Amino acid sequence: MGPRSSVPFWRNERVLQIAAQALFVLAVALVAGFLYSNLVHALHRKGLSSGFGFLSLEAGFRIGETPIPYDPGDSYARAFLVGVLNTLRVTAVGIVLATVLGLIAGVARLSPNWLIRQIAAAYVELIRNTPLLVQLVFWYYAVIFKMPRIQESVSFGRLVLISQRGVALPRVHLTSVTYPWLGVLGLATLLAWAVWRVRRQYQESTGRAGYAWLAAIGVWVFSAAIGWGILGPPLRWAEPKVVGLAYEAGAVLTPEFTALLVGLVVYTGAFIAEVVRGGILSVRKGQIEAARALGLREGQILRLIILPQALRVIIPPLTSQYLNLAKNSSLAIAVGFPDLFSIGKTIFNQTGQPVPAVALVMSSYLAMSLFTSLLMNLYNRRVRFLEK
Amino acid sequence: MAVSRALEPPKETMGPGEWMRKNLLSPWYNALLTVIGLWFLYEVGRGLAVWALTRARWEVVTDNLRLFLVGQFPPDQVWRIWLGLLIPSFLFGLSGGLWSGAMRQFAGALGTAFLLLAAMPASWSTRGWLLGNMAATVLGYGLGRWGYRRPWGNRLLQRIALSGWILSFPILILFLYGFQGNPSFPRVETSLWGGLLLTFLLSLVSIVLSFPLGVLLALGRRSGLPALRLFSILYIELIRGVPLVTVLFMADIMLPLFLPEGLRIDRVVRAMAGFTLFSAAYIAENVRGGLQAIPEGQIEAARALGLNGFQTTLLIVLPQALRMVIPANVGQFISLFKDTSLVAIMGLLELLGIGKAVLANPAYMGLQQEVYLFVALIYGVFSYAMSYASRRLEKTLGVGER
Repeated sequence: MGPRSSVPFWRNERVLQIAAQALFVLAVALVAGFLYSNLVHALHRKGLSSGFGFLSLEAGFRIGETPIPYDPGDSYARAFLVGVLNTLRVTAVGIVLATVLGLIAGVARLSPNWLIRQIAAAYVELIRNTPLLVQLVFWYYAVIFKMPRIQESVSFGRLVLISQRGVALPRVHLTSVTYPWLGVLGLATLLAWAVWRVRRQYQESTGRAGYAWLAAIGVWVFSAAIGWGILGPPLRWAEPKVVGLAYEAGAVLTPEFTALLVGLVVYTGAFIAEVVRGGILSVRKGQIEAARALGLREGQILRLIILPQALRVIIPPLTSQYLNLAKNSSLAIAVGFPDLFSIGKTIFNQTGQPVPAVALVMSSYLAMSLFTSLLMNLYNRRVRFLEK
Repeated sequence: MAVSRALEPPKETMGPGEWMRKNLLSPWYNALLTVIGLWFLYEVGRGLAVWALTRARWEVVTDNLRLFLVGQFPPDQVWRIWLGLLIPSFLFGLSGGLWSGAMRQFAGALGTAFLLLAAMPASWSTRGWLLGNMAATVLGYGLGRWGYRRPWGNRLLQRIALSGWILSFPILILFLYGFQGNPSFPRVETSLWGGLLLTFLLSLVSIVLSFPLGVLLALGRRSGLPALRLFSILYIELIRGVPLVTVLFMADIMLPLFLPEGLRIDRVVRAMAGFTLFSAAYIAENVRGGLQAIPEGQIEAARALGLNGFQTTLLIVLPQALRMVIPANVGQFISLFKDTSLVAIMGLLELLGIGKAVLANPAYMGLQQEVYLFVALIYGVFSYAMSYASRRLEKTLGVGER
């Protein structure tokens, strides 16, 4: 007699498992059905639909900051697109700057200099122990609003102007010699590469220091300088000026964008600093000692021994910090920056359509999150593969 | 036979001069960094000190201290909060006496904090309540120490303390909410709860509710039943893929639509639901990490002893897994505590929301720096205390050492 027939069906594990799942699915379906019928009922009572047809209607509201042309006569769909682009803009810039800040702060926390270590630790602890939202409103209302008025803008070398109206940067213009000059740069790079190879071969064949990098950089800078001398300046920049109550001839960051960007960068930077510190500490001491014993210089140890191993540890948590930054940018609404969530909320307030508004906003963030983690996973795989 | 003994390594001693040379001055670029760091500290410190002592108008904080602490809770009912506070104060003292380590330090810090606050300029009734709370802490501590030395007392008092903690929560809520039509305990609607009180309630309720939900989701994600696993994965990844504001927004506008007609829940409860649903997904991922770290042999051994699947999970797997993820979960609780500030966007008057409301008063126009710094300070103190307590707890429990 096989075991199958000896076990009654109420003790048969397979039957029990299927029954449990069927019960679970039934329960979920019942709850979902109950909620759904309530929702349909409530929407019907309030005379709301749940379709996306309203997206082609005229939006009718202004948006403070638009990376693409937009006016209140445009559709809701375009208004929403403006929000998405604004979110992407602040996220992209924020990720780059936060990485730089986090790298500096993380390395500073491991500095041999006691004072620098303490300052970096104080930064990380202060920032990590207070809510981002409080920091954002602080940057916006207590820092940027307290800046001098636009007529009295603080100027840094006349290139950067800062006031309560935001930050004005010089706008860079191409000149007639820009493209020829780029050609010169290409030639210089080629020449530098050749020099690097020659010096490198010299070092490898004789065992004496070839100073390959030093020579290559010297050649590159020298050629570029000659190109500049012959052709003239390849770029021209227009200094920002205050005209009336606005900035002119410069790239202007609005106060809202500035506050959001600074807040996100300073906040995420502190978290990235901890990630970087953990990554560097994860490289075993013996590795560094072995590298020293082999005669590698400090720069080489960092580049060839520490970084490749630390990166493997750093990348997964770094990815989640990037995702956090993207998601945290939804706090823009507290400083009045028209990001995707803020515009989604405006659309909800105007149309009174809760279901499509929430669905749009959530699916946009979800798509962004999934896309970012996909990219970072690919990169992560590459780093792992190369190192093994 | 002479026992040969290895010489001890020479003790490293470093004079202050050598310490400075090693840590601050050499090589030359370190000296430069030190100078830059000192200059930076001097400039920031001087600027802050000058501003805080001469220009800042701190009366915006002192005048509105009650608002910051309890929001619009009726002033003639504030005694209820004080009275309710006596319970946790006593329990903190009792636990500090019974359990050594982090708990003892915490009780000491709490008692000292009450004493220090009582020394601040405040009304006599406030000082009385503060001293009363300090007395409760001291009393609890004394009782705990008294029981600590007696084996039967220790066991008994520990049980009392634990059930006290569990019971204190609903009792506190009842104290605050009151009863409809009761003259001495009138109902105080949640819309009047605010300030630090609301911040605490939001975080406490969400932490307490999201933890079991998170554990269930983690178990579901590791379960052998595909339907359960799929559901858990979908839930966790969906929630983790969207920002908290959108979840709160959904809880605020969609939750009422999902409920049957006539059933209304107020905004505070909606916010708590949003936080709970959000936090549970993150707790689940932490717990899953712990579950994965349990060696397969533990489960096989439990099976061999004749435990069924349910018993194995409850008695063998979960206790080990949960202890392993204490640090991660405390981290999640701290960020939940900080995230409660997001209800200010929904228009609730917790700490940050009250700050904004105070600034809307024309009498305090333009005092954003003072108000927001104060709010940040309060959040900072409590977050830091929690992370400190967590680090101590890790040491006491030996997380990562076993």
